Amino acid sequence: MTERAQLASQVPDSEKERLFNEVKADLRFGDYLYGCYECGICVAVCPSARFYDFSPRRIAQAVAREDVELVWEQMNGEVWECSQCFSCLLCPRGNNPGGIITIMREVAVKNGLHSAQQALEGYTRIIYKIMSTGTQVSPDMIRPEAFPDWGPTAKETADNLEVWRRAMPPDTMHTTSASWEVDDKTLTELYLIWHLSGVLDMIKALDESLHMILVDVMEEKLEEAGYPLS
Amino acid sequence: MAIPINLPVVQPGTQARKGNFARRPEDAPENLRERTLELGAKGEWVVHRVPEPCVEVPTRSNGIKRVPLQHTWHHKSCGQCGHIPGYSTSIFWLHRKLGLEYNDPRDQTSCTAWNYYASATSNQAAQAAVAMRNFAAAYETGYFPQIHCATSYGHYKEVRAEMVHHKELREQVRGILAKMGKPLVMPEEIVHYSEWVYAVRHEIAKRKVLDLSQITVTVHPACHYYKLVQEDAIYDPDVYGGQRTAVVTAVAQALGATVGDYSTWFDCCGFGFRHILVQRDFSRSFAVQRKIEAMRDEVNPDVTLTHDTGCVTTLDKSQFAAQAHQGVKAAIPVLSEAQFAALGMGAHPYRVCQLHWHAADYRPLLEKMGIDWRERWREFEDDVERLKANPGSFLTWEDADGEWAVPAAHPDHVKHGGR
Repeated sequence: MTERAQLASQVPDSEKERLFNEVKADLRFGDYLYGCYECGICVAVCPSARFYDFSPRRIAQAVAREDVELVWEQMNGEVWECSQCFSCLLCPRGNNPGGIITIMREVAVKNGLHSAQQALEGYTRIIYKIMSTGTQVSPDMIRPEAFPDWGPTAKETADNLEVWRRAMPPDTMHTTSASWEVDDKTLTELYLIWHLSGVLDMIKALDESLHMILVDVMEEKLEEAGYPLS
Repeated sequence: MAIPINLPVVQPGTQARKGNFARRPEDAPENLRERTLELGAKGEWVVHRVPEPCVEVPTRSNGIKRVPLQHTWHHKSCGQCGHIPGYSTSIFWLHRKLGLEYNDPRDQTSCTAWNYYASATSNQAAQAAVAMRNFAAAYETGYFPQIHCATSYGHYKEVRAEMVHHKELREQVRGILAKMGKPLVMPEEIVHYSEWVYAVRHEIAKRKVLDLSQITVTVHPACHYYKLVQEDAIYDPDVYGGQRTAVVTAVAQALGATVGDYSTWFDCCGFGFRHILVQRDFSRSFAVQRKIEAMRDEVNPDVTLTHDTGCVTTLDKSQFAAQAHQGVKAAIPVLSEAQFAALGMGAHPYRVCQLHWHAADYRPLLEKMGIDWRERWREFEDDVERLKANPGSFLTWEDADGEWAVPAAHPDHVKHGGR
């Protein structure tokens, strides 16, 4: 028995049904799925299908047929292989398989599924970066040990980072720890969005340590700005 | 060895016939601009109108999109500013050289969609609130959003569609923005920078100082530009017979370069959002095997041009490792069309286009374009030494131009710069 099959056998059907219903209850679900012709166009144009045992058609079919068991399996594995390029929007039925996958991933994160935690191992520093600085990547992330496959420019960039950032004309881009300078007030408003929209709760389900660090970063600024957190 | 792909491709120089494929009115797709205006009239939100002068450009659904020429609020891109900064710098430089004013705000966050598509550690309301906060911030300045990243552009169009369709989402986001004292504001059009470059391409071509007729390019159209909420992407009957998006290609053609076609043009670059950061074996393999190798075998271009953060990053950075594999041919320089246009107009390759941040070797391209990259690099190294000797000093726009200054245009010159 595979590890996933073993895990599947330990999860009650009612729990799988609950997660499936959470996917279906999403406001976007009705705009993303209209059935499936089973034509395979989405697979033909899918980059991930060329490299992984992955099929956007299988996802659309499983969800359309309400195959709760298969949806649970997909939510615990192959959804993380999707490239989110949305080539599958060529679907003649008008489906959005990439969008369905986005919802399935969200449900996996929100419910703290172990498979989501595994898929995002090594990625949490990026979550910290985007949520705390308001930009997804920063110049100081370019380190030769982090990007050895980018060739000698990674080392050259890292070695000259501070002065190379000053050697560009736009004032907003003289930064090394964020993509551009974001105002404090702007960041505080972003933190408020994370608080009010339930995103911090999702982070807590995914990674409690990351949640603690983010709360620590955000609370002080929000309180200073006079936003009540309760 | 790559498997030969015998698919029809458009040969360079082929004159596409202009077919008439207008949809019947009853089959017309929903017009989200009109729905935006309707909701504005009902008081659901403030519509941020496109400022004049603007250029009317053709869309996929045979409609018209209004692209403002100036008074634009530059919604910058994380990956562009962070890892390939000459992309953003070139967009600003083009505005300056065309004499078109703009605002480069600090009151802007990322759209956060790279993270959203990578990790799903967000949700619909949060993503919509981030978008609407940025739109409100732009509205407060009076400047109209011009969006640098195709993922931000595509995602914001998703948000617009969801906000139009779902009153409950509007109410939730309205509540969040009210806490920060901001109204709901929706721009009349969602405009990508490559649409602006398309709109001013003839004005750029007039100011060209290099002969680009010997340059062959391939174009990678960005998935999130033309696959997400597709109807208002630019499609021009004069480019590919109106059957593919015209941005980038129309610019290269206006500059006098030859655009070579290749069979895997529809494929994505392999970015993958999560993959490019923590699972790059996929990104590298896809970029090289499906894109770079196909371009090389079928066209052998001097450069490939694209119009998005992720595409430049993936196609450029993935080539180095591929060279380690025996028999893998690589090294096609990768630029945005904004960088290519800026170079054509005489921009400094390092002070403005910041090509030293790119991984694939671009120097043979510069030589073919007639740019003395050794001399330009020496100038840049002098700049760097000067900056090192003066902590806290920066390269200015005046420094960036130096003797390369190109006369600025008056806005009147570009009023009718569209097709």
